[in-house]
Amino acid sequence: MGQKITIEPVTRVEGHGKVTIHLDDKGNVNQTRLHIVEFRGFERFVQGRPYWEAPVLVQRLCGICPVSHHLAAAKALDVIVGAGTGEGLTPTGEKMRRLMHYGQMFQSHALHFFHLASPDLLFGVDGDPLTRNVIGVALKHKDLAVQGVMMRKFGQEIIRATAGKKIHGTGAIPGGINKNLSIEERDFFIKGEDPFNIEKMISWAQDAVDFFKGYHKQNQAFIDGFAEFPSSHLSLVRKDGAMDLYHGVLRAVDADGKKILNDVDYQDYMEYINEEVRNWSYMKFPYLMHLGKEEGWYRVGPLARCNTADFIPTPLAQKEFEIFKDYTKGKPNNMSMHMHWARLIETLHSAEMIRELLNDPDLQKNDLVTKGTKVKKGVGLIEAPRGTLFHHYEINDKDQIEMANLIVSTTNNNEPMNRAVNSVAKEYMNGQKEITEGMMNAVEVAIRAYDPCLSCATHALGQMPLEIALFDASNNLIDKKRS
Amino acid sequence: MYSKTKILIYGYGNPGRQDDGLGNYFVDQARAWAEKQGLDNILFDSNYQLNIEDAAEISDKDIVIFVDASIEDLKTYKLEEITPDDKVEFSMHSVSASYVVHLCNDIYGKSPKAYLLHIKGYAWEFMEGITDKALQNLEGAFNYMKPLLSDPQKLLNNK
Repeated sequence: MGQKITIEPVTRVEGHGKVTIHLDDKGNVNQTRLHIVEFRGFERFVQGRPYWEAPVLVQRLCGICPVSHHLAAAKALDVIVGAGTGEGLTPTGEKMRRLMHYGQMFQSHALHFFHLASPDLLFGVDGDPLTRNVIGVALKHKDLAVQGVMMRKFGQEIIRATAGKKIHGTGAIPGGINKNLSIEERDFFIKGEDPFNIEKMISWAQDAVDFFKGYHKQNQAFIDGFAEFPSSHLSLVRKDGAMDLYHGVLRAVDADGKKILNDVDYQDYMEYINEEVRNWSYMKFPYLMHLGKEEGWYRVGPLARCNTADFIPTPLAQKEFEIFKDYTKGKPNNMSMHMHWARLIETLHSAEMIRELLNDPDLQKNDLVTKGTKVKKGVGLIEAPRGTLFHHYEINDKDQIEMANLIVSTTNNNEPMNRAVNSVAKEYMNGQKEITEGMMNAVEVAIRAYDPCLSCATHALGQMPLEIALFDASNNLIDKKRS
Repeated sequence: MYSKTKILIYGYGNPGRQDDGLGNYFVDQARAWAEKQGLDNILFDSNYQLNIEDAAEISDKDIVIFVDASIEDLKTYKLEEITPDDKVEFSMHSVSASYVVHLCNDIYGKSPKAYLLHIKGYAWEFMEGITDKALQNLEGAFNYMKPLLSDPQKLLNNK
């Protein structure tokens, strides 16, 4: 009989997850599992609803990633209304959506770095939990804390300007968009009083990348070795191989960089990807069918995107991408903590994309919607901040949704997060009989690198503290801690 | 002088999850009432959840009333002054009202008088609209708040 450590989040509404770490008789880790209770109720809920409601309905899923769900649903419905598969929209329709999406990406990544990751980096895994948060950052590095707040706010305002409002935005509709960007709205972001303008945002995004690189130099062993493991990587890429967070073809590479999914049309995703159910978790485990359940799992998110893309089509981010790629000599980067590096490169790219889009006169045009011949099935994919997000709808003759299938980014990262926990648990918990703050935080840091949205994955709302319970060889609880 | 008091009413929650939208509905109701009353010193905001940028949002206000749905053991509603707190959750992408107030203090050196209005909710499924019981609580909370918002002296002076 082995020992078992449990990390259990508690939620406000429903849905929860926990981490169990099984120890053997000698106190060494021999198995770890990240359990997340996933509710599939949403897919059932939308059945019977008119298809055009989906882009607004899906925002009920998650108050954290509503824009990603909004856009993925709209992209799926573009197909259903015959407006093409991501390339058939009017220039204004597509570019307004892109602006909304890059605004979402910018604010989400900024939040993650400044709010969740930087305390781990600045104060270390063993840092005092009382200061290891953004308040601690504010006290010691006020400039970083202020930048984090302002970058979030800037991205949120981009979303408000493109989606129409902060809650249940209606900007994206099947076949296009319902508003353009006025000159006044545009100038608010371009000519805003310092620091609230896009040039400052780009400058701060560059500073954040530089901060990470400096930190990496001083903490190379930790950043490179923490939760490092080989894996495949999957994301959308533009047809020419460029990073494209809004639209593209599906590409996957293995740990050595060999293409294992070669730029396929995501409308056919079910021919390539399946989801495994395991009896100890409600969250499924997606995998590439041709490689099987054991070999076919993959990572998604910023690290995966930097591993699948051939280049980044904006100059500052491309420069950083080249440094990033050089570090692993062009091979895929499998270091979990480099997720932060990749995320900051994407933050910079998003800021550059926002500038490019703001200066595009197409955003002030009035041709907003494309219509075509309706079909019964549509799939919409988008690179959400946390990774590839799948929305799939099928409708009936009454224009009602008959079937919906969603694979959220956090579900795609289910196996990698399990591997990351396993890697860290072995390093920090072998031979331990009680849970220290450092151990607790090490597990959190490993999961946090993937920026999981448990709200999305569980389709629930609420707070998610972690709880670790330590069990002895006979399954008796011998220690318990909650963050 | 109190008519110049800058008040922010900030409701948060997901109105697509039944009673979780109580804070948002409160804002809708209060905004309509304030417009009718000509109370242009009262400002409004609404979102799915609070986050770090809200520290900037509250930094130039005299009084902030956060409004949230509650699953706590309370009968109908409760108004309480917020004690700044620096506790964050493990991986959630939202923060508490007390955290926002704390962050505002630390970053901007500002301490608006901040309250949290808890309104009891009962159902949290994927549906628009709130339950009848929650609606009653919302009405009760709103009626309680109206005189305080019209003459915020009591809110300002509360110690």
